[in-house]
Amino acid sequence: MSYDVDKIRQQFPMLNSGKKMQGHPLVYLDNCSTTFKPKCVIDAISSYYTDSTANSHRGDYDLLYQMDVEVLNTRKAVARFVNCDVNEVIFTSGTTMSLNQIAFGYGLKKLRKGDEIILSEEEHASNVLPWFNVAKSTGAVIKYVPLTKEGDITEDNLRKVISRKTKVVSLVHVGNVLGNINDVKMMARVAHEFGAIIAIDGAQSVPHLKTDFKAWDIDFLSFSAHKMCGPTGIGCLIGKASLLKEMEPLISGGGNNVDFHMDGTVEYLDPPAKFEAGTLNLSGILGFKKAIEFIESIGVENIHQHDRELIEYALEKLDKCDDIIIYNKYAKNGILTFNRKVVFAQDEATLLNSKGIAVRSGQHCAKILDQYLNCKATVRMSTYLYTNKNDIDVFVDALIEGGDILDAYFTN
Amino acid sequence: MPISLTNDMMRQIIMDHYANPLNKHQPANPSFTKVHMHSDNCIDDLDIFLHVENGVVTDACFDGVACTISTASTDIMCDLLKGKEIKEAEYIIDQFHHMIHEEPFDNSILEEALVFINTSKQAARVRCATIGWMAADEILKGKK
Repeated sequence: MSYDVDKIRQQFPMLNSGKKMQGHPLVYLDNCSTTFKPKCVIDAISSYYTDSTANSHRGDYDLLYQMDVEVLNTRKAVARFVNCDVNEVIFTSGTTMSLNQIAFGYGLKKLRKGDEIILSEEEHASNVLPWFNVAKSTGAVIKYVPLTKEGDITEDNLRKVISRKTKVVSLVHVGNVLGNINDVKMMARVAHEFGAIIAIDGAQSVPHLKTDFKAWDIDFLSFSAHKMCGPTGIGCLIGKASLLKEMEPLISGGGNNVDFHMDGTVEYLDPPAKFEAGTLNLSGILGFKKAIEFIESIGVENIHQHDRELIEYALEKLDKCDDIIIYNKYAKNGILTFNRKVVFAQDEATLLNSKGIAVRSGQHCAKILDQYLNCKATVRMSTYLYTNKNDIDVFVDALIEGGDILDAYFTN
Repeated sequence: MPISLTNDMMRQIIMDHYANPLNKHQPANPSFTKVHMHSDNCIDDLDIFLHVENGVVTDACFDGVACTISTASTDIMCDLLKGKEIKEAEYIIDQFHHMIHEEPFDNSILEEALVFINTSKQAARVRCATIGWMAADEILKGKK
């Protein structure tokens, strides 16, 4: 069956409400940042408030018991989607919280002075800053895998920095600036060979690529629902059962313990409840399940293929554009990072905004990548399952047309 | 400066101050007061320096990474504030903020800064147009 992007678009209110930006039909190309939601996801979120409001845990009455069932159903959907066990799925507020849970719950407990943490130059702030804190507290040392000129993390380069002192390897699967796809299976194999654990930032990969937690032998995997057509404020930390037993909860309180005493002793519930203190984001959990089902109905492999075709189409069209510098021509994902010669990235993004096109400019939270790219800021466009060729045409035509960046302020 | 600036003139003034910002440099000596400013929605990362003596802004400059709007706006601001008493300088800054936020303002004292009257068309760039002005305001408030 061929990929029917028109049919897919019909399911998104944001694409069908005649939404305009600066007087032009909206062309949304900032999907790395967040994604639009199909009606089925919006309805599921809404149904929590109109039809099924209740807390979860301790189902003394039917409405609440039903909510426990729904939470478990979402956990099962996640487990099926990334191939892990149901009890390895922890609900968090998103990738950032998941990565912080690993750093402060596992890293802080396990690392000692002189131990090594391996990151790369393309990591997002959320996979760098928590480790800075852990390194400061424990005396552990952070090392960075150098990137190849295509932006990849290779086995050779990983082996250059890893050692017996390495205890944690925390790397991105798909970089949010260069869009390169790293070989997770290889990274896990090398980390384990040296006795380290491997944590994968899947924020940009899980929504776009088939992910296999078990087959790739990942220890921790983090991702967010809102980048895959799901609600904001909900995401996952997937952790191997044995590591979840050892890890301390980042957040404690109601719903994560069996018992505690005045002398400070506490017995936590078994994972995943151990890591889910406080009331869960229940409307988010209902929407998350629908988002997974929606993506499964299209097929994540098909989404990846669709992303690639759109980027190849854009690259072909941009070939004539001599003053556009593309930083990731080799990328095999739906991300294109560029600058116009002598134009500041923010100014280019503002010009595109004035034509109704949503792209992102800046450092994209990967603030140690600027030396690698040799520029302070870039413009990034990113596609998703509902992006169509018309979006790319409008975007490329705007780039080719160019124009004075001050047009954004002085043209009606 | 008359309010009847044409769009072309306004564009030219912005581009001139962006391409050749005469006040974009490090201060001549360490007696300047510095405020560092950055933006959460732009890459702007600037240091603003004012030299205030006997209640008068005797010199102003800035340095750092900045987009077209923030560079031109901060450069024009430096020109405007030089030689002004603190009170006058604060009045100018206030009027600039009123203009940017589309409120009634005194157009008789903003001179070249009037070219930013359209900034609110690009709401995400209001911060860029005002970043240097907020820094100068912070310095002047500390000087009173």
